[in-house]
Amino acid sequence: MSLTNERIQQRLTEKFGDVLTGFEEPFGMLTFTAQKDYNLKVMQFLFDDEELRFRFLTDITAVHYPERKGEELCVVYHLHNFVDNVRLRLKVYTPVASPKVFTATSLYESANWMERETYDFFGVDFVGHPNLIRILNVDEMTYFPMRKEFPLEDPMRTDKDDEMFGRGGHF
Amino acid sequence: MLDQKQHIKLPEGSIEKNTTTLNLGPTHPATHGVFQNILEIDGERVVSAVSTVGYIHRAFEKIAERRPYYQVTPLTDRLNYCSAPINNMGWIMTVEKLLGLEMPKRVDYLRVIIMELARIADHLICSAVMGVDTGALTGFVYLMTYRELIYEIYEEICGSRLTTNIGRIGGFERNFTPAAFEKIERFLKEYPAALTEFETLLTRNRIFMERTQGVGAISAERAMSYGFTGPNLRAAGVDYDVRIANPYCSYQDFDFSIPVGTTGDCYDRYQVRNAEMWESISIIRQAMEKLKGLPDDVYHADVPAYYLPEKKDVYTKMEALIYHFKIVMGETEILPGEVYHSVEGANGELGFYLISDGGRSPYRLHFRRPCFIYYQAYPELIKGSMLSDAIVCMSSLNLIAGELDA
Repeated sequence: MSLTNERIQQRLTEKFGDVLTGFEEPFGMLTFTAQKDYNLKVMQFLFDDEELRFRFLTDITAVHYPERKGEELCVVYHLHNFVDNVRLRLKVYTPVASPKVFTATSLYESANWMERETYDFFGVDFVGHPNLIRILNVDEMTYFPMRKEFPLEDPMRTDKDDEMFGRGGHF
Repeated sequence: MLDQKQHIKLPEGSIEKNTTTLNLGPTHPATHGVFQNILEIDGERVVSAVSTVGYIHRAFEKIAERRPYYQVTPLTDRLNYCSAPINNMGWIMTVEKLLGLEMPKRVDYLRVIIMELARIADHLICSAVMGVDTGALTGFVYLMTYRELIYEIYEEICGSRLTTNIGRIGGFERNFTPAAFEKIERFLKEYPAALTEFETLLTRNRIFMERTQGVGAISAERAMSYGFTGPNLRAAGVDYDVRIANPYCSYQDFDFSIPVGTTGDCYDRYQVRNAEMWESISIIRQAMEKLKGLPDDVYHADVPAYYLPEKKDVYTKMEALIYHFKIVMGETEILPGEVYHSVEGANGELGFYLISDGGRSPYRLHFRRPCFIYYQAYPELIKGSMLSDAIVCMSSLNLIAGELDA
């Protein structure tokens, strides 16, 4: 493996400086956070750069962290460089009140449905997406079901307690 | 929109549409699953297609957020139900990666055997169904007999056939019985002859070749852009296989090659799948050989805090009872962390993105379902082709509705 995580981090910091933060390597995968207006620029750079060559989009998804005020939704991209066989994870945090991030459909065709799925379940508004409509849920749905405010079971039930799930009462 | 070679000709000044709208699916017998495509066709030619998915969406990712880790395995069965053991193993290995558990070699090899059997079961369905969709039912009947043998092996190991829930976090629920090994040996002995016969029927069959060559072709660049993985990507000429790129489960101990195609059409996909079945047979043979040198009573790692103990021990031994209680009640310590683990599923890279907050169930679990991602290329693949080619193209992509809709 010629392209190391240190080298990728070095190239990215040279190019973007303070825009990228929180570099870490959980289980060997380089993970970092980009400011939310820069997600496309970072991905474009990773795609175009002759050394980095991250030209395969493995996955897009989102995570809801209700307790992180002002950046409740985290959009997670998994990118893959096939030549050097390196993966990385890019995160973008966005407020749940106006969850707007730029679409990656101009870079990867596969981003189309992945972003539709992310919109469908989390309500992330991908700016510039050609066809941002629900994909797996019914069109009439008015909410975004994977957000944490929708518990799987009736929250009024008293016979079952989330205490058992190690989360102290509720989540 | 249409060129001069248009088939439907309307009189001058007609207000009618010059294409026909055809609703293919969601319950069309030739789509092999709940897939709906609204096609605009001009005569027999497909002008455009709009895919609708989500008919059997069951919200597995949401359900997983309320389930303890060991209860997520049955959900993964229902993704790609043609090769459920690969999904089970993929999920179990994701959790083991998060927990940092090391498996003994024998467990790895047993897992390799079961995953390769599942790959054969999945590929043989896909190749055989391609034959059916081009009008050759015979091959299908030959190969289905052998899927039955594979299902009997599953049954011998875990008790169920389709949705297997095979394996546990930390190993297998029980050891493979001698009968299971006998069945595997029998399969290894009988299947190659059947596969050879199947290939003799189809591979150089002029009708089959005419129906599949040049149909649904995609270039390597477009395939990568569309997120193709697995046999469909390899048919386009990209030698990406998770088993080689990021070996898991001791795949590095095995000697096998990655078959690749050149044109990325239906015929190449068929060829790649068949070649992969031969590789899988060879891998299972190697694994059976390697097992001979290992102690035959090891079927799980020694991790009592995470491995569900055997039921008879739970009833008779204090320690087993305590660990059973702790695991079932979610008292085991699972560290917070995030992990992405992928396995080479039968139709592509099956990934699990797991975020743990230290709770009893995953904080967030996302499945990277390969066919959900590459199915969006379908309208491009069939554009301009005949309606009957669209059917063959769909079966050659190995789409599994359960996985697509999660």
